[in-house]
Amino acid sequence: MGRVGFKGVTKRFGDVTAVDDLTLEITDQEFLVLLGPSGCGKSTALRMIAGLDEPTEGVIEIGDREVTDVEAKDRDVAMVFQSYALYPHMSVRRNIEFPLRSRRVAHDERDRRVAEAAGILGLGDLLNRKPAQLSGGQRQRVALARAIVRRPEAFLMDEPLSNLDAKLRVQTRAELVELHRRLATTIVYVTHDQVEAMTMGDRIAILNEGALQQVGAPQAVYEKPANLFVARFIGNPPMNTVTGKVLAGAAGQVRVIAIPGGEIPVTEAVGAAIARLGLDEVIVGVRSEHLRVGAGGPIEATVSVIESLGHERHVFCRLADGQPVIVRQPADEPPPPEQAPARLTVEKVEMVHLFDPNTELRIDGAQ
Amino acid sequence: MSTTDVAVPTTGVRTAAPATTRPRRFGRRVREATLGYAMVLPSLLIFGAFIIYPFLKNFYLGLYRNPPFPNLPKKYIGFEQYQDVLTSTDFYNSVKVTFVFALLTVPAGIALGLALAVLAHQRLKGIGIYRTIFSSTVATSVAVASVIFGTLMNPLVGLLPWLGLDPRPPILENPSWALTAVAVTTIWQNLGLSFILMSSGLQSIPDEMLEAAEVDGAGAWSRFRSVTLPLLSPTLFFAAVVGTIFAFQSFGQIDLLTRGGPIDRTNVLTYFVYTELRERNNPGTAAVLAIALFAITLVLTLIQMRVLEKRVFYGR
Repeated sequence: MGRVGFKGVTKRFGDVTAVDDLTLEITDQEFLVLLGPSGCGKSTALRMIAGLDEPTEGVIEIGDREVTDVEAKDRDVAMVFQSYALYPHMSVRRNIEFPLRSRRVAHDERDRRVAEAAGILGLGDLLNRKPAQLSGGQRQRVALARAIVRRPEAFLMDEPLSNLDAKLRVQTRAELVELHRRLATTIVYVTHDQVEAMTMGDRIAILNEGALQQVGAPQAVYEKPANLFVARFIGNPPMNTVTGKVLAGAAGQVRVIAIPGGEIPVTEAVGAAIARLGLDEVIVGVRSEHLRVGAGGPIEATVSVIESLGHERHVFCRLADGQPVIVRQPADEPPPPEQAPARLTVEKVEMVHLFDPNTELRIDGAQ
Repeated sequence: MSTTDVAVPTTGVRTAAPATTRPRRFGRRVREATLGYAMVLPSLLIFGAFIIYPFLKNFYLGLYRNPPFPNLPKKYIGFEQYQDVLTSTDFYNSVKVTFVFALLTVPAGIALGLALAVLAHQRLKGIGIYRTIFSSTVATSVAVASVIFGTLMNPLVGLLPWLGLDPRPPILENPSWALTAVAVTTIWQNLGLSFILMSSGLQSIPDEMLEAAEVDGAGAWSRFRSVTLPLLSPTLFFAAVVGTIFAFQSFGQIDLLTRGGPIDRTNVLTYFVYTELRERNNPGTAAVLAIALFAITLVLTLIQMRVLEKRVFYGR
């Protein structure tokens, strides 16, 4: 069984805490993406699963056994490195069969499994080449073949697509998802690229400064970010966030947040939650695709620049106090005039995200 | 005329271009060649004065036999002296001693340097102190190394009496052990350089490659044999070639510790050249020996490059 578990895992390098009290359960056959900015501790977490770094505190489990003190070579995981870490002096065949040789797998069985892995990844014609004679994409496939030939309990992948060009990355992304389905094995995948995380993972675990911020299905994380960091990190363009004043009605109920140049409505449940928390200010977040720009609307703004991406436009606006706001507009709608006043509308009140400015946590109607 | 003019596909320009550019190109080539030779000239002069001329002069000296008494003219005998010296028992003995000396010092020096480099290639507190200690012999002259080991092997104040072992006959005067004793001194003296070379080689191997091998299930020895050693092969090859050349040029420690004895058991070629020249005052024989030493070193290096280099992996 290929489950992987972190239980209260902390990793310190001197005074620096790379991973802080991480508790996370990765289920068998799951594709979990560890996502976060550079230095957030995601690679350290992966290296601790591999056994390349030792936790300062806590327990790591793979399958049914605790592996915290087990050496990397005995953990039965396979890892694909960012640089692929192919052995440059060995042919593709020798690279792929290296894990089998290390485990003293019989010659015939070795040949059969190398042929099978090479067949899955389309490396049949390249087996006698050296890594230096391969393209980036081919090297990446060899690294994958070296991982799958082992049939380990879990695959660990440390930004394996980051050295590929944009086109190949998109293609390989889909191939990795297919491979995951075909192999039906647990994959823990580290990336800083939220598009990779959104498109590939069954679940995403978002880390920042060593701490786990949120775990969930990509769409759920996108739609309901647990805090301001996740809200701003997930989504491209990032979520628009501005600080707004809470406007209480006569009976104390909150239905509207005042932002520079206008007002944003909130649902009754969220308004009640704000009232319960007794906040005067909140951080308002609206995704760019949930805003509309036009001649009418409750929020004053000025259109500064329009970027056309072919299928859609990014309309860069400024609120009355100069804060930037991005609006995504479908290409079939007429573009607003640049360097001119415009008005913004939030499509639906349910699309407004609110965060406590003190804790930066999401304010949810269900609270 | 600009390059654009040449590239424009109009008939007039095309036909006119070669006529005007050829003399200019030729002139530029001459100027560049002159500048190139001018820049190489200082090196050529130094090489000519200190390498090529002495080599030719040496060859010339080998053609003359020295007179048995001073102030008599030396006699041209052609290649007879070459034949005499190169077929002599003393020469064969000296070649044998030199090869044994190289075999004792080079592999052991590389192996020990590599072992220390592997030990020091750890992320541990205070490892810098060990690295400094291990590399310190690089700053030790051959004279200092010889004095240290001469003292350690001294039958009266050395290590053997201190350990309670019988120092007779003294190691440096013992025909069975003298060459080994000088080899140990040489290994120790060269250990710093070997350690530094191996350490730099180890540092050039990406950590990820060894980590990949570890995750792939390879134990420490397997990682060393299958990943570290092949990637270290350019460094090992360099150390083997340079170490062999150094071994063939060893002189100081022989002169200070054994003076070629006992009974020529440490009479390596360089020391043989020296004794022929200085003690027997026989520049002709010394010149032949020097040419032979050069030829042997050259051939050996070429063989090493042919045989060993096949197992060296340079690419990444």
